[in-house]
Amino acid sequence: MFQSDDGNFRNQLALVRDRRGHSPGGAGGRTRYRTVPKDLLELLVRCNDCRICIKIRESMRTYIIRRLIEAVAVCLAISMISFFLLFLNADPALLLLPPEAQVEDIARFKSEMGLDRPVIIQYVDYLGKIVLHGDFGVSFVNKIPTVELIADRFPATLKLALASLLIATVISISVGTIAAIKRYSIIDNIATLIALMGQAMPLYWLGIMLIIIFGVWLRVLPISGDDTWAHLILPAVTLGAWLIPLNMRLVRSGMLEVLTQDYIRTARAKGLKESRVIIKHAFRNAAIPVITILGMQLGSMLGGAVVTETVFAWPGLGRLAVDSIRMGDYPVVQAVVVIFAIFTILGNLAADILGAVIDPRIRLD
Amino acid sequence: METSTGTDIEREAGGASPRTWLKRSWQLRMGILGGVVIAGLILTAIFAPLLAPRDPYEQNIAERLLPPSFFDGGQSAYPLGTDQLGRDLLSRLIYGSRISLLVGLSAVCLEVIIGVLLGLLAGFYGRWIDSVISFALNVMVSFPFILLAMSLVAVLGPSLQNIIIALGCTGWPVFTRVTRVETMKLKERDFIHAATSLGFGTRRILLNHILPNLMPAILVIATVEISRAIILESLLSFLGLGIQPPTPSWGVMLAEGRDHMLMLWWLAAFPGAAIFLSSLGINLLGDAVRDIVDPYLRKG
Repeated sequence: MFQSDDGNFRNQLALVRDRRGHSPGGAGGRTRYRTVPKDLLELLVRCNDCRICIKIRESMRTYIIRRLIEAVAVCLAISMISFFLLFLNADPALLLLPPEAQVEDIARFKSEMGLDRPVIIQYVDYLGKIVLHGDFGVSFVNKIPTVELIADRFPATLKLALASLLIATVISISVGTIAAIKRYSIIDNIATLIALMGQAMPLYWLGIMLIIIFGVWLRVLPISGDDTWAHLILPAVTLGAWLIPLNMRLVRSGMLEVLTQDYIRTARAKGLKESRVIIKHAFRNAAIPVITILGMQLGSMLGGAVVTETVFAWPGLGRLAVDSIRMGDYPVVQAVVVIFAIFTILGNLAADILGAVIDPRIRLD
Repeated sequence: METSTGTDIEREAGGASPRTWLKRSWQLRMGILGGVVIAGLILTAIFAPLLAPRDPYEQNIAERLLPPSFFDGGQSAYPLGTDQLGRDLLSRLIYGSRISLLVGLSAVCLEVIIGVLLGLLAGFYGRWIDSVISFALNVMVSFPFILLAMSLVAVLGPSLQNIIIALGCTGWPVFTRVTRVETMKLKERDFIHAATSLGFGTRRILLNHILPNLMPAILVIATVEISRAIILESLLSFLGLGIQPPTPSWGVMLAEGRDHMLMLWWLAAFPGAAIFLSSLGINLLGDAVRDIVDPYLRKG
């Protein structure tokens, strides 16, 4: 995802030294992409007090702090957008009350729900409740606190997400590694083909086809609900299959890159078994980008869960959101949007920080 | 998505090996295959009235839920059978290609306009403009965009136009991200400095000097985005928040077929296969275009 630009060593050293960051071209613009060469950092690992070293550490700290502040700001913006989206269309009161409601009924309903106040005040009030009490308001439809609804549905989504993550990781790592070792072999080509097809496959159609094949024709797996562990298999495979193509390609390309490194040649020259070279020397290094990518995928995985849960009638947050959008139950929609966004941001943040800590070549700015 | 490492290794090995050539020709063949599929899709959409054996809206309750003609009980008048209202499935599939292409192309046009404009501004001006646009980018990327698109359609009301708006308003970040970075790199190049010192206006530099250099990247992303837009449109329609029945959208047909999937699997399988094939064709074509237009884009 984040490719650091390959520049020459001296240029990059100059960039690290010059914290004001004039671009090497001398045009005077602020350099947005500052990269620290890995070799330089390895040189400095044992150094604690030289100026460059302190600066690198400082930049890491400011980087993390800035990302945290940014994350909070993004959260606020998302809560704001999801809140004001409601007011784009029409009166929520008209959406919620039966069409035959009288004028005074509408007025009473509005003052009951606090809908007669200015929109800004309503937003501040809404935000205050979330921050102070973790209160996301009351569901229009069920008349119970949104938080309860979400707490009720959350475990199902978590279960689905973890199971599909497990499936996706195991398959993409094993197949991706084999494809990289046996490059251009039949296995590699088949894996590439499947990845290509997987990227074009609409998630919900895959789910429906799995239902038809395993639930209707073979009658081996249950097709909806979440009563037993067997119910988990089809949804988890569907959602997992969605993540596999990208991850598999990443593992494959990561392994290919690592396998050309000198230390792999050294390991082989030492006479180590090939399996040991692959697992201990190559894979450990190739796994780093994959781990960070998993964090970044958290968001799209939640998006995929929305679809998967709808197809398999899986009682999770995604289905709650879809049902709530259909019924116009906006407090619930807002809450799910904000919660999904928080998870996405946390995933990205974890990936960025982890990536920056593990691999300093990742851009700091 | 092919990595740069592949080419690095090949360069180290001293030029293209026979295997590399084999792989490239395989990729090219796949690209041609994708092109053929897409050409077929476009022709189907244009000549839908000529190709479709029947009116896609014509109901015939007496002959509802007929199986395809190659199954037992199928009639040759309905090659792929009929749906729950006795409408010809093949005709509906053929007309559905129009909706998919229309939504895909229009939504991506909207995405390109918003995304490239913001990317150019952010990349060229930098400073606070860049900060604001980058922040907007961050917000959009963190937004659960399926829910955003669904909420937008729910609030605006489900219609073809609003679906295009919803998809266009949620899909632009990918264009902004690439345009922004590439503009930043380009504006330090000599020919832009030359243009600046010749006293050209900002608009002229952006549109005549920077934008043409971005076209390959934009083109490549746009192809992939079209397939994404087609899948998303069908998804929204599938969830009941997109194109509304009786309009023959593949997503609507899939949703209708889903009600009968336990007995009549083909009702859900065929529309899904149409979406899958179109999307696969576009992806194959996109991969090939990327290789031809700009080998450096294979990075990442």
